[in-house]
Amino acid sequence: MHSAIVSPKGVWWKPAGKQEKLWVTIAFVWCMILFAMMPFWHFKGGQNPSGMRSRVDPKDFAARAQRFVEDYKVGDENGIPVVAPPAGSDLYLVARMWAWSPILKLKKGATYTLHLSALDVNHGFSLYPININFQVVPGYDYALTVTPNDVGEYKIICNEFCGIGHHLMVGKAIVEEGESTASAAAEVSEVNNE
Amino acid sequence: MSNAMADTLQGWGRRCQVTGLKVHSEAEKLIKVNAVVAVVAFLVGVIAAIGLVLTRWQAVHLLPADWYYRLMTVHGMNMLIFFILFFEMAVLYFAGPVLLNCRVPAPKVGWLAFGLMVLGAVMVDVVIFAGKADVLFTSYVPLRAHPLFYLGVILFAVGAILVTCLFFASLVVAKREQTYEGSVPLVTFGALTAAIIAAITLLHGAAIYIPTFLWSLNIIPIDPELYRVVWWGLGHSSQQINVAAMVSVWYLLGGLTVGAVVLNEKISRSAFSLYVLFISMASAHHLLVDPGLGPAWKVWNTSYAMYLAVLASMIHGFTVPAGIEMGQRLRGLVKGRFEWLRKAPWGDPGFSGMFLSLVIFGFFGGITGVTSGTEQINIIAHNTLRIPGHFHVTVVGGTALAFMAVTYYVLPLIFQRKVALWGLAKIQPYLFGVGIVIMAMSMTFAGSFGVPRRHWDITFAGAATSVEFHPMVDMLMGTMAIGGLLAAIGALAYIAIAVLSVFFGQKVDWSRVGDGGAGIPQGVAKLPKQAHTGAAVEQVHQAGTPGTMVLVGVFLTVFVLYYFVNWKMLSMVWKIG
Repeated sequence: MHSAIVSPKGVWWKPAGKQEKLWVTIAFVWCMILFAMMPFWHFKGGQNPSGMRSRVDPKDFAARAQRFVEDYKVGDENGIPVVAPPAGSDLYLVARMWAWSPILKLKKGATYTLHLSALDVNHGFSLYPININFQVVPGYDYALTVTPNDVGEYKIICNEFCGIGHHLMVGKAIVEEGESTASAAAEVSEVNNE
Repeated sequence: MSNAMADTLQGWGRRCQVTGLKVHSEAEKLIKVNAVVAVVAFLVGVIAAIGLVLTRWQAVHLLPADWYYRLMTVHGMNMLIFFILFFEMAVLYFAGPVLLNCRVPAPKVGWLAFGLMVLGAVMVDVVIFAGKADVLFTSYVPLRAHPLFYLGVILFAVGAILVTCLFFASLVVAKREQTYEGSVPLVTFGALTAAIIAAITLLHGAAIYIPTFLWSLNIIPIDPELYRVVWWGLGHSSQQINVAAMVSVWYLLGGLTVGAVVLNEKISRSAFSLYVLFISMASAHHLLVDPGLGPAWKVWNTSYAMYLAVLASMIHGFTVPAGIEMGQRLRGLVKGRFEWLRKAPWGDPGFSGMFLSLVIFGFFGGITGVTSGTEQINIIAHNTLRIPGHFHVTVVGGTALAFMAVTYYVLPLIFQRKVALWGLAKIQPYLFGVGIVIMAMSMTFAGSFGVPRRHWDITFAGAATSVEFHPMVDMLMGTMAIGGLLAAIGALAYIAIAVLSVFFGQKVDWSRVGDGGAGIPQGVAKLPKQAHTGAAVEQVHQAGTPGTMVLVGVFLTVFVLYYFVNWKMLSMVWKIG
């Protein structure tokens, strides 16, 4: 046997020792488990970053978001509109230097499609305190179905550096007690029928 | 070993008095200059780091916002690119020409490359300090830096690719001139994989920085998502050069310090080959919650094609300590499971640094990295402090510490100087390693509470709405700073030792090196046997490495626990998809 700075002479392709073989086997099995967990979660788990992804011109996204605000606006807070869209609807959240808009009022147990995009540079969507994080890229619409599972006031922190005012960029989502899941589902089908 | 000065290989180089290897004078000079500049870049990065931890520690909040982000850019570029690549250039000159007993094929190209790299690094630093590139290390388009920032990176990368080519050439030269027998040593093989990954990485670098340079001059447009995909082909792969280089250094130091053996050349080399094949796919780790890529792409790439590169690291994580255990057992430390470990040379910074690097990288870095690099778990990790928490225990507690450890052997063997401040040197790896672990684990836990990375003020003073973090976060940001400062002291100690040894150090007296003493690591005083033969060897080999089996068992248990706890945490958040 020799150290790793010695040139091995002759054929070094030799069978491994028992313990080495055992460890390589265990490690390989563990790697396969690690791999299998991800497809498994796509079928059985409730949290996946798949979403619906498409390119979008920032101007078009801003226009959609504007219509969304006009449709469901219920108030204003420090100049940022507050919207209360019905269960099942599409939400448009705009990230720009250095604000999130609008403020979202949601119902617990209801399902929405949350569209994320940025108008200028990359931003990071980080929902506090439950710690859900997504990358927000200009020119891309990231549409994720979300179902809030608890009431409360949530903060949306920007966690991608976006310039000198990055640390000032905080938005808000408020989740209130909703109707029963059944009526929320009915509402969804109603919206879809319209 | 005693034929001291007679054997100087006049006009060509010298013969190493410890290992017997022939050292070409050009290789020696190139190793020296690259190592020295690496330490200078490291110093710049450390000073920036002190500013950063003292700012994120909200109780101190030292820097104004603009300087926080500026020093963040300085820290990233100088540590992750300049320090580490200059050091790796030195590693390539060592693992190629020195270990293979050959000359540097075209030394002039080596000097040209060095010049380009220094010029590029200086350009980048000047532009950042002038406030013209507050874009952080990742410089995500369309954040815009001065064109010279991108040009500086390009020049640096061209230099690095030239050195990589020189390394490949030295393999050809050594083979043709028959300067070694058999196959290249494992350390050289590992360095070869690092060099191949470097070539892949630097091509990605060219593919992104050249268009971005043109974009900064308003010549062409760039898609922000495409930038992220290609940039991470550089950004993450460059960290994999570090992994391969670091593992090579572990093997090297194992041999030099305690006569660690290679249990099986086939297994170790196959593991290195897995790095080459799969590791570049890891750029996906940064894109798991991105809008531009689908689930199949994410799952396949983030797992390096079914975790085959993780398998490689888990193999090295066994073979390196097992090789050390076997080497120690061959030296007679055969009692129980752990005599080999208890009686290891813990006062030799070359050994302690290497072993700490192995534990910190594998145990803390590997487990956190694989977990947060899982497609869905990344939802609760992306861009939080969990991410820098992870990579400070891989690239800093792992790679940087391994490079520090090898420095304690490079100083006497290449610079031919005694290690200065020997008492400090003996504790330096512990200071640095423990500090980094405290800092990185604090970051990891703070990140689990949702604390963002790269953020000047998490009290959100002046923001539209306030955010109250969990009370634990205050404490964690404090321990992060204390760990960070401890690591900074360890880092400054390293710099002081390196500078004093190189420029003011005592010359090693080769005729009396065997006496050891202050400034002479024990592996230099008496190099352990590097090759063993005979029946006794076979007997030890059969007995195996029972101690290492226990260590890897503990490792795997913690890995499984941490991994599934994270799935549990994920399952509790909003349904999202």
